[in-house]
Amino acid sequence: METLEQIKTRLEKELPMTQLDIVANDCPAGERSLLVAAPSALAVARFLRDDSQLKLDYCSNVTGIDWPQATIKTKVKKKVAVGGVEKEIEEIVETLRSGHLEVVYHLYSMALKHGPVVLRMRTENRTGHTHLPSLTPLWRGAELQEREVFDLYGVIFDGHPDLRRILMWDGFAGFPMRRDYVSPDDFEYEPTPHDEVLEQARKHYPTEVKA
Amino acid sequence: MSALAELPPKNFEVMPKLDHAGEPMGELLEVSMGPHHPSTHGVFRMDVVLDGEEVVKLKPVFGYLHRNHEKIGENISYLSSMPYTDRLDYFCSMTNNWAYALTIERLAGLAVPERAEYIRVIMAELTRLQNHTCLIGFFVQDMGALGTPMMYAFREREKILDLFEAVSGARMMCNYMRFGGVRVDVDDAWLAQAKKVTDEYGKFLDEFETFLSANEILLARTQGVGVIPRELAINASITGPMLRAAGVDYDLRKVDKYGIYGRFEFKVPLGEHSDIYDRYMVRVLEMRESIKILQQALAAIPAGPFMDPKAKLRGFRPKPGEVYGRVEGPKGELGFYIISDGSPNPYRYRVRPPSFINLTILEDMCLGHKVADAVVILGSVDIVLGEVDR
Repeated sequence: METLEQIKTRLEKELPMTQLDIVANDCPAGERSLLVAAPSALAVARFLRDDSQLKLDYCSNVTGIDWPQATIKTKVKKKVAVGGVEKEIEEIVETLRSGHLEVVYHLYSMALKHGPVVLRMRTENRTGHTHLPSLTPLWRGAELQEREVFDLYGVIFDGHPDLRRILMWDGFAGFPMRRDYVSPDDFEYEPTPHDEVLEQARKHYPTEVKA
Repeated sequence: MSALAELPPKNFEVMPKLDHAGEPMGELLEVSMGPHHPSTHGVFRMDVVLDGEEVVKLKPVFGYLHRNHEKIGENISYLSSMPYTDRLDYFCSMTNNWAYALTIERLAGLAVPERAEYIRVIMAELTRLQNHTCLIGFFVQDMGALGTPMMYAFREREKILDLFEAVSGARMMCNYMRFGGVRVDVDDAWLAQAKKVTDEYGKFLDEFETFLSANEILLARTQGVGVIPRELAINASITGPMLRAAGVDYDLRKVDKYGIYGRFEFKVPLGEHSDIYDRYMVRVLEMRESIKILQQALAAIPAGPFMDPKAKLRGFRPKPGEVYGRVEGPKGELGFYIISDGSPNPYRYRVRPPSFINLTILEDMCLGHKVADAVVILGSVDIVLGEVDR
């Protein structure tokens, strides 16, 4: 199979308006992935599926990841001249990661028996703009899995034929797989009529989601 | 071509059949099948709309056994998730263990000793044997063969569960594999017993097939029912025996050659008509291939360590990174997607459950068939709700 760089070059030639990035993966056995901007994701996915050299006809795994806002500390080695002698010192650089949700697709080819190509999409933030295009029109196999990501993470897939909660019940509030989800003290569907339990649950329920 | 043109029809309105004057001939009946129904293999529900006896709409409803397995996995250490994976597909705890161990081994770069690889293959193939046997027992029971075939199937399953119990201490929740090997070694008496069970299994299959494969009722109920077109099967990410019954040659034991599967000689049985009968037959043939693999593995198993001495069980912290690992479980592609951030817990722990995704096109398979066929079609998918709902 082609390397990710080759796929990216071909994609940029084929679809000039797309924004593509290769996301590094520190794990040597794992695959690097292709980060696609949401507006062009459907076109990119269609190219990956229909291209005769790739033929990624099998969308194996669809899943979501929650990345809350955080400061990332990375160590950077720096050369500084101290009194005429050059010294190497480590400096900790803090970068702010804005909160977002991510959806990952693992694509394989059943026809050519290769893969995976890992496709990622990111939402703008975690509260207001969690829309991403659905890839179910291209791969039916993503249907239930995208519903699951919607259910547990709150990513809204535009163009999904049947976007409902799937594992949690209809009318459930909140997204349990998010990192800042607080599970209620009372796990009954309807809060039991006991007053203190109801009060306790009420205190605990507001799971405010921070951007 | 617009993207929306390819969308499958969902939440469509259904109307009863009309007579020649354009008047509806009757009323539609909406039946909620399950969650407590013996044919749903657990707590699964189908909202079925019937026109007479014909299924005109079917919506699967999930989540009755949902416990957020993935969230639990993110809040405990890597090793602690191993017993939880037993509870995913509680028929095949050994392959679940293997899938998880394989993923973490790829993440942390651990090697597996030769003997452990052989033990894993033996366990996985024994699991495949007992899973397929029980599935056939169950789904023949769904067709009304009450008790007898299932009892034969369970009699054989007991022998394999005895082997699992002897080596791991548990019959179903084996919790047997570890990152970099297996938990305990097998001894010669165990291997001899495994060989005995394997050698006798072919005879049992012959006997089982005598009763079932040419059975008139089984043929009438399964041939031409629940057909998935080949293209749809690929597009809908169907895996396992269901996919191969549709004629797609895709077996991860051959494609990925994970573990030491490259060393064994076996064939991948394929179906032709993609109906329930082909799914039944593919499973029977797959069992016969499993017996071949088992015989080769039991003959060639070397002596040596069963655990990588460098593997660390306590305080296990893999380097940051992400990995997707998959194995060919008896039900299809079982995958784990792990993101490590360098802490003792995984940052993201995802299970790709085969039987959940195989249910994507349940409605497409059932439309136009009788409600009694819907039960058999569901049986042929081979679901375990511990895995579907997680």
